[in-house]
Amino acid sequence: MTPNEMTIADARDALRKGELTAVDLTMACLTAMDAGDGLNAFVHKTPEMALEQARAADGRLAAGAAPAMCGIPLGIKDLFCTKGVASQAGSRILAGFRPEYESTVTAKLFGAGAVMLGKLNMDEFAMGSSNETSCYGPAVNPWKVDDRKLTPGGSSGGSAAAVAADLCLAATGTDTGGSIRQPAAFTGIVGIKPTYGRVSRWGIVAFASSLDQAGPMTKSVRDAAIFLAAMAGHDPKDSTSSTLAVPDFEAALTGDIRGQRVGIPREYRMDGMPDEVEALWARGIAMMKDAGAQIVDISLPHTKYALPAYYVIAPAEASSNLARYDGVRYGHRAKLAAGDGITEMYEKTRAEGFGKEVQRRIMVGTYVLSAGFYDAYYNRARRVRALIKRDFDQVFAEGIDAILTPATPSSAFGLGEMANVDPVEMYLNDVFTVTVNLAGLPGIAVPVGQDAKGLPMGLQLIGRPWDEAGLLNHAYVLERAAGYVAKAEKWW
Amino acid sequence: MSIDIDTARKVAKLARIRVEETDLPALAGELSGILGFMEQLTEVDVTGIEPMVSVTPMRLARRADVVTDGGYPAAILANAPDAREGFFAVPKVVE
Repeated sequence: MTPNEMTIADARDALRKGELTAVDLTMACLTAMDAGDGLNAFVHKTPEMALEQARAADGRLAAGAAPAMCGIPLGIKDLFCTKGVASQAGSRILAGFRPEYESTVTAKLFGAGAVMLGKLNMDEFAMGSSNETSCYGPAVNPWKVDDRKLTPGGSSGGSAAAVAADLCLAATGTDTGGSIRQPAAFTGIVGIKPTYGRVSRWGIVAFASSLDQAGPMTKSVRDAAIFLAAMAGHDPKDSTSSTLAVPDFEAALTGDIRGQRVGIPREYRMDGMPDEVEALWARGIAMMKDAGAQIVDISLPHTKYALPAYYVIAPAEASSNLARYDGVRYGHRAKLAAGDGITEMYEKTRAEGFGKEVQRRIMVGTYVLSAGFYDAYYNRARRVRALIKRDFDQVFAEGIDAILTPATPSSAFGLGEMANVDPVEMYLNDVFTVTVNLAGLPGIAVPVGQDAKGLPMGLQLIGRPWDEAGLLNHAYVLERAAGYVAKAEKWW
Repeated sequence: MSIDIDTARKVAKLARIRVEETDLPALAGELSGILGFMEQLTEVDVTGIEPMVSVTPMRLARRADVVTDGGYPAAILANAPDAREGFFAVPKVVE
């Protein structure tokens, strides 16, 4: 085992005992990162910065009492603004942008001594489920079953590929409709979307502000607990950031869920759901039951309306958030023809800078917010969102502690295979995950098995608001019972 | 709700995204497909349900209305495609 293959927990312990230095650990990751170019996961590499941070971490570790993340090499999704380092959100429109400031999440991580190896590929502005809308070209799943290259999922596809291929110990992701959990499930890793407001959004390029939430993507549930604790907490710069104290998530991993009530929502049993997904879900239910949980059939009646509500609300917010990309303050500006005025500058800049999917969503958002349609689409979608949240509130009020569902409707598909389908077909990837964003709840994807082809498959657990600690403990039980250890065979 | 070519042209204009005239029919078709998918929302009885404003029952944080930041124009302008004499430069706005 080379150091880059370690978990955060093992590396932390080895670093504290002096069995490993942060510089050696970082060097191992930088070597793996360079050897991993075929995965197209890292799109801006920062090796000098990484080694400088690693040397500083070794100093802190030698002095004793270093935080858990001290010396841990991470990949950072391109959506996070990192001072002096390219931060493009996977878009041509932010080409050349080097922020003058640091996002709260990366500032917290660096303050805790973490090491940044570089920035990770993603769908443009986090809009996509296959990483194929990225201006850098798609990241590639380290998992492979034939000569096809598979998607690592999206939008945090580079993060998922990098963690699954051991190019880093863990990575940051963001999740607006499933962008942490779907790629985690497609690559056999753990990904948690915290409760809305748990992690500061400040300095993260905004997609849909009422749904966006950052979280860790890791090799184990324990790592997710350690990493999340370092990202979370109140930030006065984000007005939706919670003032609640951040519990010790790792200490919550007792492995004891006896007597806990785990809900199984009947509406998640979709028509045409592959048998393998159904079977995996049944196995997960059996595992929770064996661990002493009480399995309860529940109903979340508005589930089927989550996707259409999401695809009104998210584009509406995106059309507003992305209005700032106008060729004036940062990024790309189109070359203008003689006589072009400011309107032509906006229109040409945005046509050149935004990819097809982003343009489509901005225009859908513009339409649903336009005079005459605001009430019929946007307000109706927000009413339906309230009903979706009420569904969850009711089952939690009835004593449900966590909800177990599939994470994705399939395992990873081939790059390019969805190129000619209706955009709505691609949106169906989020069917099990968007409800959680709409209701602001914490959700986690845990690898549980492999399909007949040998590709990883995950299940999702959904928790009560602010109960990431309890949720992580349920995930820990599922992880231990599943005993998932498979790794992609190196071909890259 | 079907989007015709004129509506697609108007939406592109409102969004400040240049769309070539020849691309408008395809755009109208795509937008119609997506909006068709959203039509399902009309099945839901939303009588008496207020549109959600905040997913967590918390009041937005407030602070005193005072200047707490600023004073670094060079950093603000550092990423501008065209900045001159301490200002963002744009094509002529007013004749």
